[in-house]
Amino acid sequence: MFCRCAVSSFAVCFVALPVLLPVLLPVGLCAGFQSCFAHLLFGPTSGVNPPAASPIANSPGGVDSALAGLPALAVAEAHNAQPGADRGGRYPLSRSRFERALQLLQQSGQPAPEGQEGEPAWMEAMIDALVDLSSKDALTGLANRRAFEIALAREVDRVARSGESALLLTLDIDHFKKVNDTWGHPAGDQVIKAVASALVDSVRPMDLVARVGGEEFAIILPNCAAAFGETVAERVRRRVERMPVAITAVATSAHAPTLNVTVSVGGAFAPQWVRSTPALWQERADQQLYMAKSQGRNLVRLEPTAQSVVSSEEKRLLFESFQTLDHE
Amino acid sequence: MSSAETSPLPPAASSRILAITSGKGGVGKTFVSANLAAALARAGRRVLVLDADLGLANLDVVLNLFPKITLHDVFTGKSSLQDAIVPAPGGFSVLLAGSGMVEYSRMTPEVREHLQQVILQVTPKFDHVLLDTGAGISDVVLYTVSLAGEVLVVATPEPTSLTDAYATIKVLATTQGRRKMYLLVNQTRKPGEGRVVRQQLQQVVDRYVNPQLDSPVRLELLGDLPADNAVRDAVQRRQLLLQMMPGAPAAVAMVAVATKLLG
Repeated sequence: MFCRCAVSSFAVCFVALPVLLPVLLPVGLCAGFQSCFAHLLFGPTSGVNPPAASPIANSPGGVDSALAGLPALAVAEAHNAQPGADRGGRYPLSRSRFERALQLLQQSGQPAPEGQEGEPAWMEAMIDALVDLSSKDALTGLANRRAFEIALAREVDRVARSGESALLLTLDIDHFKKVNDTWGHPAGDQVIKAVASALVDSVRPMDLVARVGGEEFAIILPNCAAAFGETVAERVRRRVERMPVAITAVATSAHAPTLNVTVSVGGAFAPQWVRSTPALWQERADQQLYMAKSQGRNLVRLEPTAQSVVSSEEKRLLFESFQTLDHE
Repeated sequence: MSSAETSPLPPAASSRILAITSGKGGVGKTFVSANLAAALARAGRRVLVLDADLGLANLDVVLNLFPKITLHDVFTGKSSLQDAIVPAPGGFSVLLAGSGMVEYSRMTPEVREHLQQVILQVTPKFDHVLLDTGAGISDVVLYTVSLAGEVLVVATPEPTSLTDAYATIKVLATTQGRRKMYLLVNQTRKPGEGRVVRQQLQQVVDRYVNPQLDSPVRLELLGDLPADNAVRDAVQRRQLLLQMMPGAPAAVAMVAVATKLLG
């Protein structure tokens, strides 16, 4: 979700700014900006905007004539909607970039952006799609490590501000190497995909499930009260345990062998009002995962949640006993 | 299965270091740090107080010191550590955080590394290093405390202070494997109140914290400081109570605390 917001503001800066700047700034100043933005957006151009060929110098300053000096793409789109059109050899547009991007989207099963190729709206959609693509793990479609780290840092900040508690689970498929060694890597991929969808199925839509390494996963659970931690983590573990994976990679589905895989789960809360770093938080969850592994696997280990929260029962005892002792 | 986080420092260094913390702010942590240091110095010990309240340092205010060189300059490499250690009025040394430390109010790997290096380097030169931590139980505070061999929790008999002191004790027990913590009760209104406070904290710890631990947490009362107008006067005048009014009840109590600490 957060990706989309970040993307649109990013897209607005990069797409709208070069389009608007020449209109907003005094016309004479624009040429330099335009070539800068042209470089940013489209890479080095073959020739610098030759002053004589630029209508800006002689322009009376109207919007229409200012538009004439825009980077090639915007101009091309605004006037004849022919991306890649080489206007007088001044701004050769790298069509192969779009093609590569479109190819990546197609390969990942994402639709190509709608609308006129090269138009601001189309560019925004393209950037959104590419950002989405670079935040996802190719095999499972889960958030990848990069997206996970950004989300974790955000959550640390959010918890520090809001005081809500959040749980981080780190998970690892037990004896995964054996799967690969016995059934081959395609089977291993199937197991990873099956576990990924089991994880997604066992948490709330607001939780972020990520694949952070080969057979390693992580789940960020915002606004998860300490009392529910064990239940949630147990549910995740059990969901995987009760899900036989048919290895269709090695035989047709009728004869496909089924594997029972399990995961070990470690978890730690971002304690309320305690500012923590994402690295520390992850370290604490990993420490628990390590314990789950060393204590026999297919286990959940959460960091003891005593931490800094003082329950009302504790407070009552704290003050009641004080009053009793006080009046002795 | 306690996630014991031991001090990153060698035991020999760590044992000389006492972290002074409280949870709640305004209970007299910095006052205690400065005057306890003076009492220890009077007993012939070489003492350094490190202002570890990186975000909101105020040891300089309490001691009326305005050093040109601070921990900030050491962290940024502008000054040597030696130049940043300055003598304080009570016969001890201080290492002040300085006001440029706001960026250190969040714990980063750099801050951890800097703090650890500084403490590792100063510790051999002193008999006691007191770490005056900030208020709260932030990562900076918890990390600073983790560098110390011993912890002193300062509390007043106020319910809010008690709650925060308890939270601090609980966190340190569960996240740092602390099993013995000193308690100093400040601003007591009647004799024996410190003992009562310790007893009530220990009772709640026994009931709610100790059952989860492999070995129980024990709170040791280092003493109580009676509410004393002389304390307010000394703070107002930015002088050490031990120097300004060594005969005041709180000053006498502070000397007793130092004596007990030296045990």
